Amino acid sequence: MDMSFSPDDQAFRAEVRQFLQDRLPKRLSEKVRLQQELTKAEIEEWHAVLNEKGWLAGNWPVEFGGAGWTAIQRHIFDEESALASAPRILPFGIAMLGPVLQKFGSKEQQDRFLPRILNGQDWWCQGYSEPGAGSDLASVKTTAVRDGDDYIVNGQKTWTTLGQHANWIFCLVRTDPTAKAQEGISFLLIDMTSPGITVRPIVLLDGTPEVNEVFFDDVRVPAENLVGEENKGWTYAKYLLTHERTNIAGVGFATAGLAALKRIARAQQAHGKPLIENPLFAARLAEIEIDLMAMATTNLRMLAQAAAGQVPGAESSMLKLKGTQIRQAINDLTRRAVGPWALAFPSEAVEGANDHLPPGPPEAAAATRAYLNNRKLSIYGGSNEIQRGIIAKSLLGL
Amino acid sequence: MDFGFTDEQTMLGESLARTLERGGDAAALSELGAGLALMTEEAGGFGGTGPDILMVFRTLGRAAAATPLLDSVVLGAGILSAAGEADLAEAAASGEARIAVALDEPGQRYDGNVSTLAEGERLTGEKSLVPGAEDATHLIVKATDGLWLVEAGAEGLGLRGYALMDGGRATEVTLKGTPARRIGDAALLDRPLAAAILAVCADALGAMEKAVELTTDYLKTRKQFGRPIGSFQALQHRMADLLTEVEQARSAVWNLAGNIDTADRDRHVAATKSLLGRVALYVAEETIQLHGGIGMTEEYELAPLARRLLAADARFGDSDHHLERFIAASAA
Repeated sequence: MDMSFSPDDQAFRAEVRQFLQDRLPKRLSEKVRLQQELTKAEIEEWHAVLNEKGWLAGNWPVEFGGAGWTAIQRHIFDEESALASAPRILPFGIAMLGPVLQKFGSKEQQDRFLPRILNGQDWWCQGYSEPGAGSDLASVKTTAVRDGDDYIVNGQKTWTTLGQHANWIFCLVRTDPTAKAQEGISFLLIDMTSPGITVRPIVLLDGTPEVNEVFFDDVRVPAENLVGEENKGWTYAKYLLTHERTNIAGVGFATAGLAALKRIARAQQAHGKPLIENPLFAARLAEIEIDLMAMATTNLRMLAQAAAGQVPGAESSMLKLKGTQIRQAINDLTRRAVGPWALAFPSEAVEGANDHLPPGPPEAAAATRAYLNNRKLSIYGGSNEIQRGIIAKSLLGL
Repeated sequence: MDFGFTDEQTMLGESLARTLERGGDAAALSELGAGLALMTEEAGGFGGTGPDILMVFRTLGRAAAATPLLDSVVLGAGILSAAGEADLAEAAASGEARIAVALDEPGQRYDGNVSTLAEGERLTGEKSLVPGAEDATHLIVKATDGLWLVEAGAEGLGLRGYALMDGGRATEVTLKGTPARRIGDAALLDRPLAAAILAVCADALGAMEKAVELTTDYLKTRKQFGRPIGSFQALQHRMADLLTEVEQARSAVWNLAGNIDTADRDRHVAATKSLLGRVALYVAEETIQLHGGIGMTEEYELAPLARRLLAADARFGDSDHHLERFIAASAA
C-alpha cells in the first residue's frame, strides 16, 4: 500500500496551484468565496483563461482540443480549483455533451460543435427532466416528429440550469411513441434561438432564478442535429450521466466549505470566546471533518481503480450520497455558526429586500442562501433516494 | 388530566384560521381579538396563558403569516404590562400602538449581553436584528441598567431595515444620545421572553404540521415509475418518522405551554426550544427532499414554511444554545 500521490501527480498539483495563483482574478475568487452569483460574463471570462492554457476540457482527449488528463489529474485540478475559490467550469458542454459527441456524434457534429464549446461561442444547457419525468427520466414526453429534413418538437423541459444564458440545448425527445419507454427516445441538439422556444425562469428557495422551464411549440430542428441513431438516445443519455458523475463526491467543494466554516467559527463569539472553542460546536465540526477525511479516501480509492482501467460502477452512487450529505452538513453548521445573522434574507424574490445590505459579516448572508440552495444537492443528478436504490440493487443484489 | 383547549380557545383558533385563509392582515387579526387573547385579564386582555399563546401561534404558523403579534404583543405588550405601563400595553395589544423590542447587539450571538448605555435620560448604543422597528410607534431598549422606552422618530435614533427569512423585516438600530424613559429592570423580560419562545415554538409546530400535510398529499398524487411515489415503502417509512418527530414537537410545545407560569419554566423553555429547533430543521429538510425539485421552488407553498422553520431555530437562541441552557438548568 502506498497512499501518496506519484511524483508526477505532485508536480502537476504544484503547477495547477501556481497557475491559479497567477491567473485567477481576485475579483472572481472573492465572489466565489462569498458564494455570490457569478454573471454570465464572469463565467465566460474564467472559461477563456482556462481555454487559453488548454485546461478547459481536462476530460477530453487531446485530439479534440482537451487536456487528456488522467482521472487523478482531473481530481487534482478540481480540488485545487475549489480550494482557490475558482469559478466552477460549466458542466453542460465540457463534462456532459462533449464526451457524447466524441463517442456517438458524427464527424460533422464534432467539427461543428466541439470547438465552439471550448472557445465560448456556445453555452449549452441540459434538456432532460420534464414535469412528469424527474427520477423516472425514461418517461419523457416531449415529442420530435420527422417532417422532411426537419423534426418538429413539442413539449416542455424543466429544471434547466442556467438555461437563461444558453444558446443551445441538448434534449431527450420521444421519436417513437409506440416503443417501450427507453426505446423510443432520441438525443437532439436544438438551437435555443429557434422560433417556438420560450424560457421561463423558476425562482428557487434562496431567491435565485438558477433554473428554468423551457417550452417547445412546433420548433423546427434540422434532422442533421440528431446525435447517433434515432431511438437510441437512452444509451447516449446513460453514457452522459456516467460523465456527469465525475467529481460527484465534491471533495474540493467540501474541503473549501470546511475551511470557510472554520474561519467563521474563529471569528464568531459565543459566551465571550471564539465559537470554535465551544465544546458542542467543536464536536459537530470534528465529526464532519472526520467524515470528510474518510470520504476523500473513498473517492481516491475509486479514482485509483479507474486509473487502473476498471469501469466505475454503482460505487459512484455511494460517493454521491455521502458527498452530498457531508456538503449539506457543512452548509447546516455554517448556518448555525453565523447564529442570528442567518435570519437576514437578501432575496431577489422578496420585494424591497435589497434596499439595504444585510447585517453581519458578508459570510452570514451567504450562509443562509447556500444552505437553502444546496438542498438541491440531494435532489439533482439522480436523487439520493435513486442512488440508494442503485446501491441496494447493483451492489447488494437486493 | 386534560390536554385540550377551552371552547373559547378553539373558536378563536378556528376564526383566526378562516381569516388568514382569506388573506386577513394585521388589522383583521386585531379585530378578532388575537392581540387581547395574548394578554392576561389583569393586563386588560382575555387570555395570556400558555394554551392561549399556543393556539394563536400554531394557527399563524400553519398559514406562514407575517404579523406583529409576536414582537409587538407577546414581547412588547408583555414587557409593558409587567412594567406597569398599562395604557401603552393595551394600545399594543389592540393594534393601536406598535412596539419593537431591541434586545440583541451586533456580534452578541444569543448571549443577551448588552453595552447600550444610559446617561441621564439619553441612550447610546447599537441594537441588531430588531423585528418590526420600521413600523413601530415605540421601541423598548435593553441597556446595561435595565429597560427603556424610546418613541419612534426620537432624536438620534437611526434605523436600517432589511428582509428576514420568515417574510418579516428587521432593523439595525443606532442610538446616539436618544431621549428615553426608564421603565424597569431587565428581570421584567423573564416571563415575556419565555412567552415569546413558546410563541415561536408553537408557530414552528403549525408550520411543521402544514409542511407534513403538504408532503403527504404530494406523495399521494405525484406519479413516477407508473405509480404514486407514496406507494414506495422507503418513502412511507420516511413519512412515518416525520410524523413521529412532529408528535414529539407537539408534546414539547404542550410541556412549555403548561409550565410557562411554574417554577420549572426555565428548564422547559430550554428543553422545548432545543427540541423544536432540531425537529424544525429535520422537517424542513425532509419535506423539501420528499418533494424533489418542486420543493426547491419559491412558487410552491412549502418554501415560506421551510424558511419559517429555519428562522424559528435562529430566534431567541438555536437548538445548541438551548441544549447548553438545559444542561445548566438541570445541573442547578
